[in-house]
Amino acid sequence: MLKFVARRLLLLVPILFGLSVLLFVWLRALPGGPAQALLGERATADSVARIEALYGLNEPWYVQYWKFVSSAIQLDFGNSARTNRPVTEEMARTFPATFELAIAALIFAVGIGIPLGYYAAKKYGTWLDNVSVSGSLLGVAVPVFFLAYILKYVFSVQLGWFPTQGRQDPRIDADHPTGLYVLDGLITGNLEASWDAIMHLVLPAIALGAIPLAIIVRITRASVLDVVHEDYVRTAEAKGLWERTITRRHVLRNALLPVVTVIGLQAGLLFSGAILTETVFAFDGVGRFIAEAISNRDYAVLQGFILVIAAMYVVVNLLVDVSYGLIDPRVRVR
Amino acid sequence: MTNSEPLLDVRDLSVTFTRKGGPSVRAVDGVSFTVRPGETVGLVGESGSGKSVTSLAVMGLLPRRGVQVGGQVAFDDDDLLTLPRDRMRDIRGRDIAMVFQDPMSSLNPVVPIGIQVTEVLERHQDLKGDTARAAAEDLLSRVGIPDPARRLKEYPHQLSGGMRQRALIAMALACRPRLLIADEPTTALDVTIQAQIIELLKELVQDTGASLVMITHDLGVVAGLCDTVHVMYSGRIVESAGRRELFAQPRHPYTGGLLASVPRLDAPRGAPLHPIPGSPTDVLRWSRGCAFAPRCPNRIEPCTDGPPPLESIGGRSLRCLNPLTETEEVATR
Ligand SMILES: Nc1ncnc2c1ncn2[C@@H]1O[C@H](COP(=O)(O)OP(=O)(O)OP(=O)(O)O)[C@@H](O)[C@H]1O
Ligand SMILES: [Mg+2]
Repeated sequence: MLKFVARRLLLLVPILFGLSVLLFVWLRALPGGPAQALLGERATADSVARIEALYGLNEPWYVQYWKFVSSAIQLDFGNSARTNRPVTEEMARTFPATFELAIAALIFAVGIGIPLGYYAAKKYGTWLDNVSVSGSLLGVAVPVFFLAYILKYVFSVQLGWFPTQGRQDPRIDADHPTGLYVLDGLITGNLEASWDAIMHLVLPAIALGAIPLAIIVRITRASVLDVVHEDYVRTAEAKGLWERTITRRHVLRNALLPVVTVIGLQAGLLFSGAILTETVFAFDGVGRFIAEAISNRDYAVLQGFILVIAAMYVVVNLLVDVSYGLIDPRVRVR
Repeated sequence: MTNSEPLLDVRDLSVTFTRKGGPSVRAVDGVSFTVRPGETVGLVGESGSGKSVTSLAVMGLLPRRGVQVGGQVAFDDDDLLTLPRDRMRDIRGRDIAMVFQDPMSSLNPVVPIGIQVTEVLERHQDLKGDTARAAAEDLLSRVGIPDPARRLKEYPHQLSGGMRQRALIAMALACRPRLLIADEPTTALDVTIQAQIIELLKELVQDTGASLVMITHDLGVVAGLCDTVHVMYSGRIVESAGRRELFAQPRHPYTGGLLASVPRLDAPRGAPLHPIPGSPTDVLRWSRGCAFAPRCPNRIEPCTDGPPPLESIGGRSLRCLNPLTETEEVATR
């Protein structure tokens, strides 16, 4: 088990190395550069050269890469060209925000997706089944950006049920020891802040969770439909067990195995989905920060953030594989 | 065999599968038989003859949609076919239990054996915790599983096929059912294991006094086990008789064919086997005549005029217009 985890973590080294080279080359192949972006239209050849010298951008790319790698190993990703603050500081601010949003989106997607998929399979061929299947098709097909705008327009702007943007009402004076605002409110005993943070999360979480929800519904439904025809479910029926027991112990425990894999994959993808959602809801997280960094050619931010996200993706997948081993005795890793 | 009231009385059972956009299939067609307390009844026939569907109908385990079931299945004073589903759940596993064909797929792969045994005890006998575990251990050792305490903690994939079937038998017998239905319990197993499992079933049934319905396509299994035998063909019973009478003198040409195709230990080496010519898919609809007619060596003109009736002759039931006589039966050997 430990060996398995260590082996997988070791895999991170070549993955991150390859990714960092690609990123480096890709960023520098983008038209324009940080100096251009900073100076805007008034950029002259002179001023661009000055800025480039300041950030060491005039050196050959392999020299720049070497400098980047040697400091990145010490978890120093340089300073943001836009905010002029250390990239690690920006991470400490934005990652908890997106992490909280991703958790909320997952709770939404899993909490609704598994029961809905299960009942769709149970009511196979009925209207509930048809609605959830076509609904989940729609969920995958509607662009996140569009969905986010619609949600915001209808439920925030028109109906006023939810705040339109941000993570916390600025009038609320709250401490944020962890950066996870809902948790912070609970820790500091400021329930109003917690509730406010939740209200700020609802719409972005729905927008971000829509695609995972649709996929989870479909996978759960298909998987349950497979499992209910398995011989061991018939055995359970032959024992006269209560339907409740059969569902939980014999159907769901098996049917959820593929769903766990899908949840893991989707969890890793939430960070990229967050770029659009956070932009629409002006949610101060990783996604929005990256989006701004791209338009500003903020090399340091992009390099640091994307590498950390990639590392997290690998770790999340590792967690999924390990948990898979815990729930399926047949693949228990040695 | 005793002469007491039957424990199970299946009357005119028929099962029709209705498929959307396809012809409906009548898998079981007017099947009647009884099982007395302590009796062992064999249900024999080739693949597709409706043996499994019959047993599933008795258990109330047929799919709820796309199936039409007719007739009566009397057990105690209840008709199992019209019993409310929760009452049926109480009976299944407690009064009537079933062992299925494939032990590899009949156990839940992600649940320890122990829980799969104790869950029946919890459900029907209100045993819990250590009491249930002790009872489960006891059950496993009774079906010949060594080191039961360890096995209870293991998962199905850690057990061999024979061990799994033993575990499934333990689960079926956990609540001392009065009727056990075994649907080809040895087909998926090695030949050497097959005999052991049959022997085990025989012993357990004798010990507990339970009745047994043994479903098989192997007359060899029937010979060593059953009191009464029903031979099914294409959804109908074509011959019912006591084991001795049936083996001494099969009357239906299909029964004769089945018997002739059983390898005999007393036959000289290299003696030819006599498989029934044709395939079970080569059938006539019962409404148009005897379903076996296309493959039957004894076929006569009226066989294809209409369905032959089930008639009682000399203590047995027979559905044949031109049955085998003693000399003919000897000739097929
Ligand atoms: N769920 C189902 N839907 C449609 N037809 C079915 C279904 N189950 C069984 N049948 C049909 O019923 C007939 C009898 O099947 P059954 O399984 O009872 O045969 P069997 O005697 O048990 O054969 P085997 O020795 O192969 O187990 C077959 O022709 C089969 O095609
Ligand atoms: Mg069968």
